[in-house]
Order: sequence, then C-alpha cells, then structure tokens
Amino acid sequence: MTQHILSLLVEDKPGLLTRVAGLFARRGYNIQSLAVGTSEIDGLSRITVVVDVEGHPLEQITKQLNKLVNVVKIVELENDNSVSRDHMLIKVRTEANNRSQVLEAVNLFRARVVDVVGDSVVIEITGDSAKCQAFLRVLEPFGVKELVQSGAIAIGRGSKSMSDRIK
Amino acid sequence: MTETMTGAQAIVRSLEELGVTDIFGLPGGAILPTYDPMMDSKKIRHILVRHEQGAGHAAEGYAAATGKLGVCIATSGPGATNLVTPIADAHMDSVPLLAITGQVNSHAIGTDAFQEADIVGITMPITKHSFLVTKAAEIPAVMSAAVELATSGRPGPVLVDITKDAQNGKLEFSWPPQKDILPGYKPVTHPHGRQVEAAAELILASKKPILYVGGGVIRAEAHAELAKLAEITGAPLTTTLMARGAFPDTHPQHLGMPGMHGTVPAVTGLQKADLLITLGARFDDRVTGDVSSFAPGAKVIHVDIDPAEIGKIRHADVPIVGDAKVVIAMLNAELEKQLAGSKPDYSDWWQFIDGLKSRYPLGYQEQEDGTLAPQWVIQKIGEMTGPEGVFAAGVGQHQMWSAQFINYERPNSWLNSGGAGTMGYSVPAAMGAKVGEPDRDVWAIDGDGCFQMTNQELATCVINNIPIKVAIINNSSLGMVRQWQTLFYNSRYSNTDLHTGTDTQMVPDFVKLGESYGCLSIRATNEKEAEEAIKLALETNDRPVVIDFIVGRDAMVWPMVPAGVSNDAVQYARDARPVWDGDE
Repeated sequence: MTQHILSLLVEDKPGLLTRVAGLFARRGYNIQSLAVGTSEIDGLSRITVVVDVEGHPLEQITKQLNKLVNVVKIVELENDNSVSRDHMLIKVRTEANNRSQVLEAVNLFRARVVDVVGDSVVIEITGDSAKCQAFLRVLEPFGVKELVQSGAIAIGRGSKSMSDRIK
Repeated sequence: MTETMTGAQAIVRSLEELGVTDIFGLPGGAILPTYDPMMDSKKIRHILVRHEQGAGHAAEGYAAATGKLGVCIATSGPGATNLVTPIADAHMDSVPLLAITGQVNSHAIGTDAFQEADIVGITMPITKHSFLVTKAAEIPAVMSAAVELATSGRPGPVLVDITKDAQNGKLEFSWPPQKDILPGYKPVTHPHGRQVEAAAELILASKKPILYVGGGVIRAEAHAELAKLAEITGAPLTTTLMARGAFPDTHPQHLGMPGMHGTVPAVTGLQKADLLITLGARFDDRVTGDVSSFAPGAKVIHVDIDPAEIGKIRHADVPIVGDAKVVIAMLNAELEKQLAGSKPDYSDWWQFIDGLKSRYPLGYQEQEDGTLAPQWVIQKIGEMTGPEGVFAAGVGQHQMWSAQFINYERPNSWLNSGGAGTMGYSVPAAMGAKVGEPDRDVWAIDGDGCFQMTNQELATCVINNIPIKVAIINNSSLGMVRQWQTLFYNSRYSNTDLHTGTDTQMVPDFVKLGESYGCLSIRATNEKEAEEAIKLALETNDRPVVIDFIVGRDAMVWPMVPAGVSNDAVQYARDARPVWDGDE
C-alpha cells in the first residue's frame, strides 16, 4: 500500500495552496489527488491530499508539511477508521436502444442522472475511489464523452474531530 | 496608547521595537516611502550597499558573527530578485535573516507593472516563511511575527513584501501588536526526558563513540554545553564546515573537520565509530559521501531542533527533537547521574584514533615552482590574527583551506556559505560581520573568482568606515573547478582560467582595483612580502585593506573523498589512500 490519505488543517491565507503544492513538487513527492475547502472553523481550510509514498517515507512528507507555518495540523486517515469519497460527473453517449442499460447501471451503483438530452446523459456518482472506478469501467463501452472528478475528501469515523484541540 | 502614523513609519518603528540596530539595503521606487522615516531613526543605522546581493550577504555575515538577526531591505522587482541568492544561502545555512522588500501598489499587483516581480512566489521554496502585506494596519503584527520566525526554532530567512500603498497608508500603531498570527508555529525546544536517558545509555554502552557536531550548535549558542559534554565523555569530536569554532581546534579531542575535505582522523573516525552523537548536524552529502556506506557500524543519536532533519538521510536510533543548548545540558546532567563519578573508558578507541592523528596530520606540500603556497598564506593569516578574528570565506579551494588551516577557538569566528556554496559571499559577509563586531579583526578570505562577483561592496566599506581586510588567494583560476578538471577531466582546463595572476594579462589588477576604491592595497608574491602585508593589514584600521596574494595555481585541497563514493576511499594526497592497523 503506497497510497495514504493526509488531512491538513491550514490557515486560509493567499498562496497557501502554492506552498503545499510547491513543497510536493520540489521534494519530488507524488500527489494522487488534492481537495481543498472550508472547515468548521473560521479562517481554517481543510485539505485532503492522497499521496503516493513510493520512495519517500510518509513520515518525511508529514514533517516537511508541518514545517509550513500556515499548516496548523496534519493527521493521516487510515482506511479502516475513516470515510473517503470521490465525486464524479460523467457525460455518456446514449442511443434509444441502450439508454435503459445505462440507467440500469446508474441504479445498480446508486448514481444519479442529472441531465438528459437526445444522445447523451450526465451522471453524478459519489463513493470511494474503487466504486467510482468500477462504475466508470461499466460505462466505458457506451462511450464516455467527458469526465470530471474531484479529489478525494475524507473524514475520521467516530465522534472525535480533527479540530478538537484547536478550537 | 496608540499613535497615528504611516505604514512606512510603522516599519521603522517596529524594527526599532524589535531591537534592530543595523540594516543593509538600497532604495528604489516601491520602498521609497520607508526610506524617508528611516532617515530620522536614531536607533537604526542603514548602510547603503552597491548591490542588493551585497545587502543580503552582509546581513548574513552580521547574523553569523553576532548571533543576532540580520536585516536587509530592497525595492521591488530587480531589487528583490537580487536578494534571491542570499535568501537561498540563508535558508541552506539556517541564518536568521529578515528581508524586507517594497512591492508595487496593491491595485497594480498582477498587471505586470513597472518593477513588479512576484517575490513572495519566487522565494517560497527558499524562505522559512514569507508575508505579502497590502494594508498598513497589518505591518506591526507581521514584522513581529517575521522576526519571531526568523530567530526562533531552526533559524532561517523570512521575507516581508510590503506594497507601496501599505507603506503610504495610515494606521494606529501600538506595541506590542496584540494578535497572535502564528497558530501553526510551535517549535519544540525541550526534548523528551526519556530520549535523553536513552541517549546517555547508548553513549555509556558504546566502545567507539564520536561527537558529530554541526552548525546547529553554533546557532543554539551551545558551545559551553558541548565543551562540558566532551569533558564528561572524553570522546573524540569532529566539527562540520558549518560548526568550525563550536569546539576549540587546539583541544586534543578535536579531530578536525569531516567530509569531502575532512581530516583522515575525522573521516575515518566517523567510518569506524559504533556510535554517532549527532548534534545539530544534518548528514549533508559533503559529510557522508555515499550514504549507504557512511559509518556502517554506527548507531545514531540525532539531536536537532528541526524534526524533519531526523531520519531524512540516516535512520536515528535515538531521535531527540530540541534546542541543542537545552538537550546537551540535559544530556550532561543525565550522563553525570549515570556515571556517578566514574569516567567512560574509550582507551582502545583512542589508541586507534591517535594512530591516525599521528600518521595523517593535516598538512600541505610546498609549491614545486617556488610560488607561494596558498595554505601557508591562510595559516599565517590565522596565526597572526589570533583567535578573536572573524574569517569569512568565499567558495572553493580557499574556503576549504581556510576551514582546515585556521585554528578556530570560539564560535562565530568562521563565516562561510556551506550549504549553498555561494561564490561572492565573502566580501559582503565580512562587511556585515565588521558592522556587528567592530572591535574584532575581520578578514574576507576570498578567491580571485569569488572576489570579482561582489567586490563592489569595498565602496560601501570605504564610505561607511568599515575597515575589513581582504585576502585574495589569487591563483588566477577557478581553483576548485580546476582541481576537479585535473583529477577527473584529464587536466583539460575548460573555462577556468581567469587571467588575474602576475604572469598573465592581469585583468583586473586587484591592487589598482583596491586603490581605486580607496583601500590600502598590497601585492604579495613570496613569504616575506606576505608576512609584511598581513602585519600591515592588522595595523591598519582607518580603511579597508586588500592584499593580492599571488599563489601557485597547482595547489590542491587534500585530503579528499571523490564525490559520490564511500568515505572509506578518502585520499590523503593524490593517489595516496591511508592505511591503518586492522584495515579490512
């Protein structure tokens, strides 16, 4: 397992994302995905970053990130005690004779159709990375015209919050 | 109690409140508002340099010689980008440096305005942190935070980029600023007690320990604690290029410098040790050589204030995060407790080390052609100046000889660009050091290549009465590069000839150059002239001195471990590998 999910609480400052991304670039760490948004605390943002740690120990990546002054806290979210979700929007080519097959796949995966025109549909799916990828494979034979994907976002299970000791 | 003032006034006042007394800089459009109130400051001396790079290195030299914060200031665009090299240099060598730059008006940012450069973006990878200030009201808190960041924890460069409208805007100034703006910054200075105990146990269980001392010990001002640790343990000790002076060179436990041009006892001592007591050092590639074969039989105690250094290159058996001064003091107390009056017995280890010391002392050969030996010149400067001198080197052969052949007996006496290897560091750094330590003799020991990069600051020295002494070790070439060409490129000297020697076109003539700046300028071509020149330089304190020492160009830096190979392959001289008893 070379992929790890890191959750960062960071100060919402200009250039913050450049600092984080720049650190990954110049130290040669690989980012698999990155998602940024607000957190429950004013002035703090939450970054979820999936890193590929082949060749670089996770500990060193975490320590280097911690040296960024605007990074307030970092935790690693392990698969078995956290929930991770990707979000995809997929535009699929459909014709009258196969639209029902596409809709069947949508139902099986508990995805949603959010736009329909004569020769295509836009489907929204949320789930862990494996589920989204599996869904995509099912749709490929119909013809995927466009794919948009968010980075993974993740949160720990249970009642504890990452910001418990910060508030 | 607040006071209404402009952002520019607030910059100057904040610096005063923060205890800054000396600034090196050069004005320009975007920083002009700040230069106006600076003129009225009674507490701050601003020294006008001739190139912003000089301001940056001067601030570094000031910081390295005094242990205090160094401050430099420049305008936007090219003024700011000229600070990039010294900022990178300070980042590599953990120098507490505050760089203040003017920025174009905030509404013009992003429009490719005149003299606009995204200096915060440019310096992101080479600063400890940086701030873009667009509102006057932010200035006091940012200045305070910037100085806190630069000087605490692992010191480093902090950039504060301030737009012209922020400098011209008004604010209500009060000191100290109230807001804590660094929620994510909590350097650990106090170690875990359990780790210190574990370190003491490892030391006492060791048969062949060595103290591997890095520049962190100097930054932490931990030399007294280190001296005590050396006394308690009786272990051999080596100081890295950045740590020269952290422990007296004349002390019998001191093996000299490790690494690519380290002494045979230091290099081999590390290779054969069973325990590295690593204090504020970071296993730089110039120390370790090939990492996988570095000190193969050694366990590692690693003390550093920066957790990211621990385990970065070499696994630490006992990692200790903390300030070297605090950690070493705790370690001393713990060792004394565990020893209970006894002394560790490392006599077999010392027998081996002493054998190396007697068989492979540091030395050099006279030049076969009768020219001055550069090592002799540098050694002589060190001897005649004495232990209170400050020596700032450029980068290359003369730097290595200065690290090897001058005895450093106290911290903050050896200044150099260790990590970045910045040619041109010497003259401005010496200038900064002399401003900070006016009562000490300050030498710039420079090469003929390096000197041509930053000698314009001699004008600054003359005009501002900063009487540094410059020793140009003139071998008429980029000497270290030439040495590598001799050793690894079949003596094909591609682009390393500088034509500055007496038997060349002599462009430039350093004596005439020095004279044109108003320096006392002397040429020395033999030992008698050299000795007289050094004597005269030491007697001259009313103006800077430039001595052009014409030295043999074939002199090489030995010992040497070729790049990228194991330190076991250390060569004492060309094609001469040391042998020792029990060599496997």
